[in-house]
Amino acid sequence: MSSDLIRRTAAELAGLLRAGEVSAVEVTRAHLDRIAEVDGPGAAGAAQQPGVHAFLHVAGEQALAAAAAVDAARASGEQLHELAGVPIAVKDVMTTKGLPTTAGSRILEGWVPPYDATVVRKLHEARLIVLGKTNMDEFAMGSSTEHSGYGPTRNPWDLDRIPGGSGGGSAAALAAFEAPLATGTDTGGSIRQPASVTGTVGVKPTYGGVSRYGLIALASSLDQAGPCARTVLDAALLHEVMGGHDPLDSTSLNEPVPAVVKAARDGARDGIAGLKIGVIKELHGEGEGGYQAGVRARFDESLALLTEAGAEIVEVSCPSFTAALAAYYLILPSEASSNLAKFDAMRYGLRVSPAGVSDPSAEQVMAASRAAGFGDEVKRRIILGTYALSSGYYDAYYGSAQKVRTLIQRDFAAAFEVADVLVSPTAPTTAFKLGAKLDDPLAMYLNDVATIPANLAGIPGMSLPSGLADEDGLPAGIQLLAPARADDRLYRVGAALESLLLKQWGGSILDRIPELNDGRLEGANR
Amino acid sequence: MSAISRDEVAHLANLARIELRPDELDRLSGQLEVILGSVAQVREVAGDDVPATSHPLPLINVTRPDVPRPGLSAEQALAGAPAAQDQRFRVPRILEED
Amino acid sequence: MTTTAHETSRLKDVLGYDEALAAFDPVLGLEVHVELNTATKMFCGCSTVFGAEPNTQVCPVCLGLPGALPVLNGAALESAIRIGLALHCDIAEWCRFARKNYFYPDMPKNFQTSQYDEPIAFNGYLDVELEDGEIFRVQVERAHMEEDTGKSLHVGGSTGRIQGAEFSLVDYNRAGIPLIEIVTKTIEGAGERAPEVAKAYVGALRDLLRALGVSDVKMEQGSLRCDANLSLRPKAAPGADQSAVKLGTRTETKNVNSLRSVERAVRYEITRHAAVLTSGGTILQETRHWHEDTGVTTSGREKSDADDYRYFPEPDLVPIAPDATYIEGLRATLPEPPQERRRRLQGDWSFSDKEMRDLYNGGAVDLVEATVAAGTSPAAARKWWTGELSRRANLDGVALAELAVTPAQIAQLQGLVESGALNDTLARQALEGVLAGEGDPAEVVAARGLAVVSDDSALGAAVDRAIEANSGIADKIRAGKLSAAGALIGSVMKEMRGQADAARVRELILERLTVSDGTGADNAGH
Repeated sequence: MSSDLIRRTAAELAGLLRAGEVSAVEVTRAHLDRIAEVDGPGAAGAAQQPGVHAFLHVAGEQALAAAAAVDAARASGEQLHELAGVPIAVKDVMTTKGLPTTAGSRILEGWVPPYDATVVRKLHEARLIVLGKTNMDEFAMGSSTEHSGYGPTRNPWDLDRIPGGSGGGSAAALAAFEAPLATGTDTGGSIRQPASVTGTVGVKPTYGGVSRYGLIALASSLDQAGPCARTVLDAALLHEVMGGHDPLDSTSLNEPVPAVVKAARDGARDGIAGLKIGVIKELHGEGEGGYQAGVRARFDESLALLTEAGAEIVEVSCPSFTAALAAYYLILPSEASSNLAKFDAMRYGLRVSPAGVSDPSAEQVMAASRAAGFGDEVKRRIILGTYALSSGYYDAYYGSAQKVRTLIQRDFAAAFEVADVLVSPTAPTTAFKLGAKLDDPLAMYLNDVATIPANLAGIPGMSLPSGLADEDGLPAGIQLLAPARADDRLYRVGAALESLLLKQWGGSILDRIPELNDGRLEGANR
Repeated sequence: MSAISRDEVAHLANLARIELRPDELDRLSGQLEVILGSVAQVREVAGDDVPATSHPLPLINVTRPDVPRPGLSAEQALAGAPAAQDQRFRVPRILEED
Repeated sequence: MTTTAHETSRLKDVLGYDEALAAFDPVLGLEVHVELNTATKMFCGCSTVFGAEPNTQVCPVCLGLPGALPVLNGAALESAIRIGLALHCDIAEWCRFARKNYFYPDMPKNFQTSQYDEPIAFNGYLDVELEDGEIFRVQVERAHMEEDTGKSLHVGGSTGRIQGAEFSLVDYNRAGIPLIEIVTKTIEGAGERAPEVAKAYVGALRDLLRALGVSDVKMEQGSLRCDANLSLRPKAAPGADQSAVKLGTRTETKNVNSLRSVERAVRYEITRHAAVLTSGGTILQETRHWHEDTGVTTSGREKSDADDYRYFPEPDLVPIAPDATYIEGLRATLPEPPQERRRRLQGDWSFSDKEMRDLYNGGAVDLVEATVAAGTSPAAARKWWTGELSRRANLDGVALAELAVTPAQIAQLQGLVESGALNDTLARQALEGVLAGEGDPAEVVAARGLAVVSDDSALGAAVDRAIEANSGIADKIRAGKLSAAGALIGSVMKEMRGQADAARVRELILERLTVSDGTGADNAGH
């Protein structure tokens, strides 16, 4: 029963729970067992095996208590949210009252927030069961989760490969059937790129669609929280729980969440005949970075399926996208350098005294603590951002980057004049080997070339699996983009494409993941 | 933009309050030079007539009513403090004046 | 006069004031920080009440906890605009907050949310009345919104100051309190009156802010703080253009926390700069600290190229674009300018310039106005507030307005005097009761039994006893020496414990001694 339960979608689990066929405790226990089985050291009950390491913290007791409360409430006839009792994994960038929150950084090791992020509060209100906190690149800086201060997460498709980043923990937890749902945050692709390389679904909503209150900020004007799931419908169900106006976030949109669940159901049922789909010329494999052949092949196949289903494919050009990566790698470090200044060892977090200094000053303790608590990538970006904001360089770098942002918005506006949604491959390649790009920051940054423009413009984007690349048998993703506030279009098209692909594959792509048996876990590189 | 010197990296690290070892300074100045070389193109893309975008969506005038809300207790506030004394955050001696 | 060695060394530090002014022209700049009296902080819902237990008025936002986000206090914005309007400023059609980045332990985020190149109000002026009635117009550069820092207690060392302290204890209750910073343009042409202009400006600004009702403006509590910038430039040769002479290096004197100190600190810096410059030295661009006790400034932090605040637009707050209707609505709430109001009241009350100035300097204008509004004549109201009440305030070391008595109570008291129910002595006793918290004057009179005894039989008996006991005096009165009656009246009043109408006592004495009280005779009464 439990191995069956962990493979269910959230929508299916919700149906079983509602029908009383399983209890929330059973569902929760099944997932906790799975975590113990495959997640490796740090997970409850695990031996010293190199597991997936999707979780930084597993909240087993709290999860079971919450699940029992849901069962009791259901038994007493209380009206519950559709997803009540469904387990979820929460990215460690979101504050959770009473649960450790580190954002993948050693500087926050042991910190227990006194408050819940708005998103987390909403999960609790809908009575989803929080299983624990998922691993991520430190402060969400990275595309591989190798920059976590607590060791990398491994891709369930191949434990020697990266699960993407920064939200590799959430994506891997889904692909490893450790959780049916997870939360993510996406600053330049941190939800979509991990979804792409793990064969899962991830959505970055319109900027302001989901509250940022309680998300440990990376780049405030780019960060956006969103749902991670194994199906488009599951993502939509979670999106509606997470989204909505929050008076605690000044940048939160004061309007209703788009009807994404309805759009997903409509799309799966009614298809997309007559819809205009724009292929972004600049993100179609030519030029910078170069797209892996298998990624392009699956992308072209998806386009063919959409055409067969009655969509009209048009090519659009977004010339400013060639400068998007450059603009992003100025804006992000600039904002991050300021957002991360608060980690100074004075009020919370790691405090380290400099070696060989007697009676150190506050200034020295700050510098030593930040040196000890931050990893290389974080230091690199803070220094870069400090440079880009410093007097004499501001106009040339930060100022120019903000202008590029305007051009990218204009490109999108023009493209959405001729197309309802835009498409591209989500990431240029399938999952690469752990360590392959660790010493080459620029190569690492190129993973985000297709996902970054949406963050710069504030528009919503989705990644869903397009199939497995022939050359390595690893999943590739297709990215859908819609105008700001039109998140529902992503779900309509995404669900339609998903149902066409499922038909072609004869089932979920995740059914093809090699079983995570003990032999595989032991055989993986440590 | 010219190469970023080791001294400049040291100055930036000081502004950013991060103690860097000599080898880190060397490595970072090399990496920053590469990264800056690659991002420098932003300066040539947009003309003077293009306005800057600092917020992705054009929201304005978001304010809240001047009504007190419950905050944290002193105990909660100090729970994560590396050091506390007399219901205050204890910090090492401060060298520089504000 | 003999000069000690110590004085000689001091004399080198400063030049005589007249000597300094003969050679140099002082150039002033004043920065005033005012704490608004909103109920909550600038960006969060924490209370702003002064004097709470440490770290009890804090939340994730003002503690700078990871994930927290600011939301602007609408009332603070309103106050900022009203201050701008009252200073004849232009109000920005569109402006933003900016982050001022620097590390300091009392600043939770290690950046201050402030405004940089887009202040809410700019380009205004304030007309300042000097002691001789001359009006000096001070140009206002800008007024912008920002947040206050926490407060550090420096422990260890001998001084309690930051130098030599072993560690510091930080309380963040003040962190995030709304501040408006009002910055003048350079003030030139004040000449020898520069210190007076500085004091008068801060005083006039304080009155204006008080009239606006936006702040407690208590310099001693830090709700109004002044930094005074000063530079000297050499006087131009006779006939030459002074404005063509290059400005000198300026110093910024902080911690100037009373009006008198503003004047003294500017005066001191003029003499110090002059001494340095005439001895061939150079003025360092630095902050100076004012010492109220010794009347000197000492060197603080040197401004250097290292001060790079890396300002950039605050991405967590959205722009402010107040529309014209809103602004005009606020303009309609502006009070009458304090100077105009004083002139009007002086006319209404028929007070002399000196009487009005005394009222103003004593902080009694509002109190007299309120007392008059409650039905008392201006002359009587003035007498109360500059007489007995002023004496009491001095005795207690508090401001007049802080006395535990309201203008309405004074009006009631005066009414009792005028109706003959109380005489002056009794009125003072009633006031004692009011100040002691025993209630309104009428309540005190009733509770203490203070009413004038108007029962002639009781008074008559007392008069008879006084005549009997002082037969010598009685004889003198009978002989026509009416001035001797005073002694008998005093005796009666003493017996009656002051609770008699002295005029009536006099009548009774003269009646009994059959002397008619001729008009124009000397008067023993009141």
